Amino acid sequence: MLKLENVNLDLPGEAEPVRILSEINLVFETGKMYALTGPNGGGKSSLARVIMGIYKPSQGKIIYDDEDISELGITERAQKGIGYAFQQPPRFKGMQVSDLLNLAKKSVEQRNCSVLHQIGLCPDEYRSRELNNSLSGGEMKRIEIATMLALNPRVRIFDEPEAGIDLWSFNQLIEVIGSSHNADTITVIISHQEKILNMVDQIALIREGRVSMLGDRDTIWPQIKESALCSCRQNCTLEENINADCPR
Amino acid sequence: MLTALDKRLLEEIADLHGDPPGAFNIRKDGQGIERRSLEGIEIIPKQDQPGIDVIVAAGKEGTVHIPVILTETDFSDLVYNTIDIGPGADITLVAGCGIHNPGQGEARHDGVHKIYVRKGARLHYTEKHFGQGEGNGKRVLNPKTVLVVEEGAYAELELVQIRGVDDTNRVTEAEVLAGGRLVMFERLLTDGEQTANSDMLVKLMGEESTTRIISRSVAQGRSRQTFNPSVRAYGPGRGHVECDSIIMDNAVVRSIPEIWAENADAELVHEAAIGRIAGDQLIKLMTLGLTEEEAEEAIISGFLK
Repeated sequence: MLKLENVNLDLPGEAEPVRILSEINLVFETGKMYALTGPNGGGKSSLARVIMGIYKPSQGKIIYDDEDISELGITERAQKGIGYAFQQPPRFKGMQVSDLLNLAKKSVEQRNCSVLHQIGLCPDEYRSRELNNSLSGGEMKRIEIATMLALNPRVRIFDEPEAGIDLWSFNQLIEVIGSSHNADTITVIISHQEKILNMVDQIALIREGRVSMLGDRDTIWPQIKESALCSCRQNCTLEENINADCPR
Repeated sequence: MLTALDKRLLEEIADLHGDPPGAFNIRKDGQGIERRSLEGIEIIPKQDQPGIDVIVAAGKEGTVHIPVILTETDFSDLVYNTIDIGPGADITLVAGCGIHNPGQGEARHDGVHKIYVRKGARLHYTEKHFGQGEGNGKRVLNPKTVLVVEEGAYAELELVQIRGVDDTNRVTEAEVLAGGRLVMFERLLTDGEQTANSDMLVKLMGEESTTRIISRSVAQGRSRQTFNPSVRAYGPGRGHVECDSIIMDNAVVRSIPEIWAENADAELVHEAAIGRIAGDQLIKLMTLGLTEEEAEEAIISGFLK
């Protein structure tokens, strides 16, 4: 189980620190899938980065399997089984796809092939490709997911896995994320996509740095879609806002 | 007879374990100590100056190792090698120099290679530099490579120096004739107070002559690096120069790529970048369980691969 208790996050601003997350209380149970959704800039990725240890909360605790991991760094959290797939994975000049996968799990070549297959990339074609600008954003994104599969952590956080991915790959991606989840894992997906939100057990709406709504998918998603209005204009629904269709 | 130290140096610079395959000439402390010619690959000591002639017959395929090792302090070695790859031949040539400086004096190697890649021939050339030694004496390597890539020939040069060499001044000059292709990969890592200077000049002389220069370096400590790659097109040739450097600590890197065209149909491009290791690269690898130091090492190792 992973718990966030009264987590605040402040990041440096131009004049003074800016509050990014306020009083976040969330419980992620082992064996369940969760979605974090909400408007752009609402704090979803920051929340994921706090869990991964990339951002240090200014207040509050993060408890993982009854251990307070708030003071642990990124490496230690990764070694404890927390994984994070970046929204925009970085590129590495000179490093090959297989190098990254090997670092992920010091894994055997066979497994590298297997994870590339799973995310729809031909291993023979991609293993020795350099992780530089010769790969498209979509390819980088799929390799990022493959790295998560190779790492196979107990807590897997996917930050907008659908971003930059074509429709065919998107359907495959959903299947891969779904099938990689099991009774021993916690899967947290940051997404705006209804297809992804439909596969999770619980949804948290993160807005203006707070958990605005939280509950079982079947209960909460209709409420998010139908009842809430976004703040930019009266006739724009929150769903449109979440889907980034709201003309600000 | 090779000592254990000699063997270690040869492993480092030429990946040699035991007798080299193919033809070879091993030079140690200013003397040729072992040599083997083969049919179609002749290695002949020069009569008028230190060094060898390597003459490869037309159409010959094979491997040639010509490593140099220095194991003495307060010692300077100068060598002139001429390599002539006959028309249509396909040769892998492994050069390089390893220095073990045991004392306080300077150990220095100046090597001049003249390489002719004749019509339609192919050359894969590797030159690796390595330095070590318990003394404080400087380890200095100054290689000069002059290359002619004839019509329809192809040459690929891999120039590697990873730590251990205090000062290096590398000069590479090439002429690429019509239909010739030249690719150069340079990889360099300096640390401490080391300095490295690399001047490259490629002249594209004829139609459809092409070159690609890829230089990647990492500068650590207080080391200083300067790169001057230049591609000049005197005909309708194509050239691409790419210089990337990772700068760390208090190092200094200068990168001055030049492209020079004297023909309206020439196509020349250069790119150069110097920067630190990006924070998101480190973070990404740390999310895989690597420490910051391991992540840095993996990024540098990949960058210089």
